[in-house]
Amino acid sequence: MSQQTVLYDAQGPRARRRTAIGTVIAVLVLAGLAYVVIDRLIERNQFSMEKWGPLIDPSNEAFDAVWRLLGEGVVNTLRAAAIAMLLSVVLGTLIAVARLSAGRAGRIPLIGLVELFRGLPVVVLVYFGVRVLPDVGVDLRELPGGQELWGLVIGLTAYNMVIFAEVVRAGVASLPKGQREAALATGLTNGQTMRIVLLPQAFRVMLPAIISQLIVVLKDTSLVTFIANYDELLSQGESIRRNLDNPIQTFIVIALMYITINYLLGRLAQYIQRRQARASARVAEVTDAGANVPVGGGA
Amino acid sequence: MHLRRTALVATLSVVALTAAACGGGDEDTAAEPPVAEAPEFEEGTPMAEIAEAGTLRLGTKFDQPGFGLENLEGEVEGFDVEVAKIIAGALGLSPEDIEYVETPSAVREEVLEGDEVDMVVATYTMNDERAERIDFAGPYYQAGQQIMVAADNDTITGPESFMENPDATVCTVTGSTPSENIREYLASPDQLVLFDEYSQCADALGNGQVDAVTTDNVILLGFVSESDGQFKLVGEQFTEEPYGIGIQQGETEFCEFIHETLRENEEAYVEAWESTAGQVEGTETPELPEFDECA
Amino acid sequence: MSPVFENLDLFWDGYLTSLSICLWALVGSLPLGVLIAGCRVSPVPPLQWFGTFWVTTFRNTPLTVVLFFCAFGLPEIGINNSFFFFGVLGLVLYTSAFVCEAVRSGINSVSAGQAEAARSIGLNFTQGLRFVVLPQALRTVVPPLGSVLIAMFKNSAVVGAFGVGGDLWSTGATLNSARGLETLPVFVGVAVFYLMITLPAGAVLQVLERKVAIAR
Repeated sequence: MSQQTVLYDAQGPRARRRTAIGTVIAVLVLAGLAYVVIDRLIERNQFSMEKWGPLIDPSNEAFDAVWRLLGEGVVNTLRAAAIAMLLSVVLGTLIAVARLSAGRAGRIPLIGLVELFRGLPVVVLVYFGVRVLPDVGVDLRELPGGQELWGLVIGLTAYNMVIFAEVVRAGVASLPKGQREAALATGLTNGQTMRIVLLPQAFRVMLPAIISQLIVVLKDTSLVTFIANYDELLSQGESIRRNLDNPIQTFIVIALMYITINYLLGRLAQYIQRRQARASARVAEVTDAGANVPVGGGA
Repeated sequence: MHLRRTALVATLSVVALTAAACGGGDEDTAAEPPVAEAPEFEEGTPMAEIAEAGTLRLGTKFDQPGFGLENLEGEVEGFDVEVAKIIAGALGLSPEDIEYVETPSAVREEVLEGDEVDMVVATYTMNDERAERIDFAGPYYQAGQQIMVAADNDTITGPESFMENPDATVCTVTGSTPSENIREYLASPDQLVLFDEYSQCADALGNGQVDAVTTDNVILLGFVSESDGQFKLVGEQFTEEPYGIGIQQGETEFCEFIHETLRENEEAYVEAWESTAGQVEGTETPELPEFDECA
Repeated sequence: MSPVFENLDLFWDGYLTSLSICLWALVGSLPLGVLIAGCRVSPVPPLQWFGTFWVTTFRNTPLTVVLFFCAFGLPEIGINNSFFFFGVLGLVLYTSAFVCEAVRSGINSVSAGQAEAARSIGLNFTQGLRFVVLPQALRTVVPPLGSVLIAMFKNSAVVGAFGVGGDLWSTGATLNSARGLETLPVFVGVAVFYLMITLPAGAVLQVLERKVAIAR
């Protein structure tokens, strides 16, 4: 937990009693709400083994098939997210470097590109990758993994690379001026300074932000369900509920899977950030926004 | 939700097993259509190319119970698939030689134009607009759009009821032909609720979120039969939806070949219906419709 | 581009629907997010747990899944309403977690000495919050909060897939598949209209940032 002393002092006896009363009331209210919801779901027969069995009972005949589908779904989700993330970081860095080193005239189209992609919903960009590109003659079918995967990856990359370009720019800008000056003074060219001195340091600063953004990309892979047939986690869930007619149960399990994966990633981002903060107080300030608040929250 | 899809799946597999037991065929499939022994085709025709390749690339639905539904094992089952198997058989290909490509409504023309599939059998309504981009063989089935409501609903008796009840909502699928057809009957566009799949519409009808669902009668009948008496169909079919087999533009010989194959295999066609969509109560076994002229 | 110009009225209707989804979600998610942030920084442990649970759940679940539970889960516990309402609600719940985190990091960025000084001059809790802590927190909050809200505007596109016919996204899908129009012009049309939401929002945000920004 973060320090919260900013709002109140250590509590005296009366405040402690009030807190205790508040605690009891809050617990009662929350428990009451939970009870009502569960009661109604029981009434609607949402806890029947017929609906839950395939998901939680290994002896159920559909259990193996269901979990094989879900497992494939996780792998496909992670694959799409990882490729998109990698491409976003690479292209985002290129855009950022171009923006930092281009003249005033060269910068304008780049800014236009960044603003354009930042202003569009990610689902629209995925639609562009999956449906529009093949229509205008871009053939993605020969790529390993097929058209759906790459259409999705292109859409996610278009959305995230411009977000990264901003992160990289901020990261480089946060470095002390002396770094660049010293590098230039030792006779490195502008490009070498960027590549050897500035970018590596900026990346270390940005690592938590990169992981946080990976969570966003992971969640956004699910948008492909409306557009194409890429078997990521959510699409596999659709397939399961079509056959077993247990949408609520299937989606609860899938939500828990997403939450688990993303929660662990979030903890990883925090851990790296803390380690860096210990290493250098200066760095923490830059990444603070990165780890706590997504740079560009997708769906 | 009260639809019992599991029951249907179970029934289907029982039927499949009995059929297999009677036919003495493979364990997991209904009576298989005959497979021609090394058929001869004229050089350069689509049939020769497909037979040569040894696989039939079939575009079909993966989410349409009774017509094309992917089961948990990843196999696609339904009437459309069985019809395709008949044609594959005449090309000398067994069911294992079929490569399934999922083709939702929106991409059916595209996959044919882009030569990603050899044919599309996917509850595909024949119309002139589509015929400009591709060719159709068939129709192999005559469907028609209808309305499904909750069993205790007496206010909605057909498509005309939506004008009289401007608060009533009707659910169908985004970008589908039924969604366009129903628009003319609505008092305001707010009455139309759109989802990705018909099963979501059926769920919404089941929990009272919408008053009606509209699409082709056969698809609705599937939901009615699984609903334990919760849903019913009302009114007449108010459109004609002849289902055709989509092939690439200009493949007239292939179209003729499909017509000929279906005529010769009327028995297999009936069997295909009865082992899939015909399982649903209230459906009638169709006769092979009159085919249109091949373009 | 003729498909777009011929159907300009449809696009315009879609734009207005999307815009109203965005505005309702804005009205809902800000207070809810602040409320959840209040839970997380309150001295009452169950409220803290509740706030943490809330943020963990909604931050790590895809919006698609959240919307599914709103559209198909709520009717199961006896809540029936329009899909427009469910869609906006899903967007509000999802966004509130991000709003909460932005607000909380803003509050935590104010040094503890500030509140102590406020208390030492006799301000009570509410006054300290109102006159000392929040105005300072606001400055730190505006930029991240702005990006959260703009992301929410973009996310409104997903609401269209959950029973809300006639927003920009569904309009594009309908024109593209039901009426068989070319994908590219339809895509460009949808994109331009979305930019008509996000670019003005971005401009407003920049003005706000300049207004509250104070060199530190």
